[in-house]
Amino acid sequence: MANTAEVIISPQPFDLARMNQAIQESQGESGASVIFTGAVRVSDAEAGLTGMTLEHYPGMTEKQLAQIIGEAKKRWRLNKIYVAHRVGYLKPGEPIVFVGVSGLHRAESFSAAQFIMDYLKQKATFWKKEHYGDKEVWVEAKASDEKAAERWI
Amino acid sequence: MKITVLFFASFKERLGVSDIEIIIDEGSSLSDLCEQLAARGEQWQTLFAEAEKLIKASINHEMADLSDCLADGDEVAFFPPVTGG
Repeated sequence: MANTAEVIISPQPFDLARMNQAIQESQGESGASVIFTGAVRVSDAEAGLTGMTLEHYPGMTEKQLAQIIGEAKKRWRLNKIYVAHRVGYLKPGEPIVFVGVSGLHRAESFSAAQFIMDYLKQKATFWKKEHYGDKEVWVEAKASDEKAAERWI
Repeated sequence: MKITVLFFASFKERLGVSDIEIIIDEGSSLSDLCEQLAARGEQWQTLFAEAEKLIKASINHEMADLSDCLADGDEVAFFPPVTGG
């Protein structure tokens, strides 16, 4: 299998069509692909959320993501891994994170995608700030995210 | 020895600074650096006095513990628990 990984951290909106295609194309030699996209919840806009700012630690984030991907490759037989994360200002409805995985079988691809997301949320150096009009609030870490990552230990 | 110290997210805003350079004694640990930084003023003291679990730190892009030793030229970062994804 090709066993390639691509990581993108960018303030530019996602090209979802291209990202989906990159994973789908690799499915031919893999057998199964799983794609996850996380977005700024539109329902939060009803609670007054006007947008979100994503900050990260350049250099460290890339290193953390490479380690997470390396660990996923050790655990499952994977072909293509694609991880993208937005930084900067995002509006409700906009995608924040994309994880695409193709592998030999569906169970492995599902597990790998979930593992990458759980670890990304727990380890990758990103921080979210919510905007409610003129008011700004830094998002606090959730215990449930810590629990989600712990199940892979 | 010279250490570059970075702050991210709410820490950066609370201290009003994103990066500083610190001169610290040879053989100092991350904990010694915290002590030196806490002495810079009230905001600094409050931040570094917070429960240890709320302060995350890295040395040269790897997560670090307070007992870890520093070396000349290290890049240290302090930040709150991550909230990406």
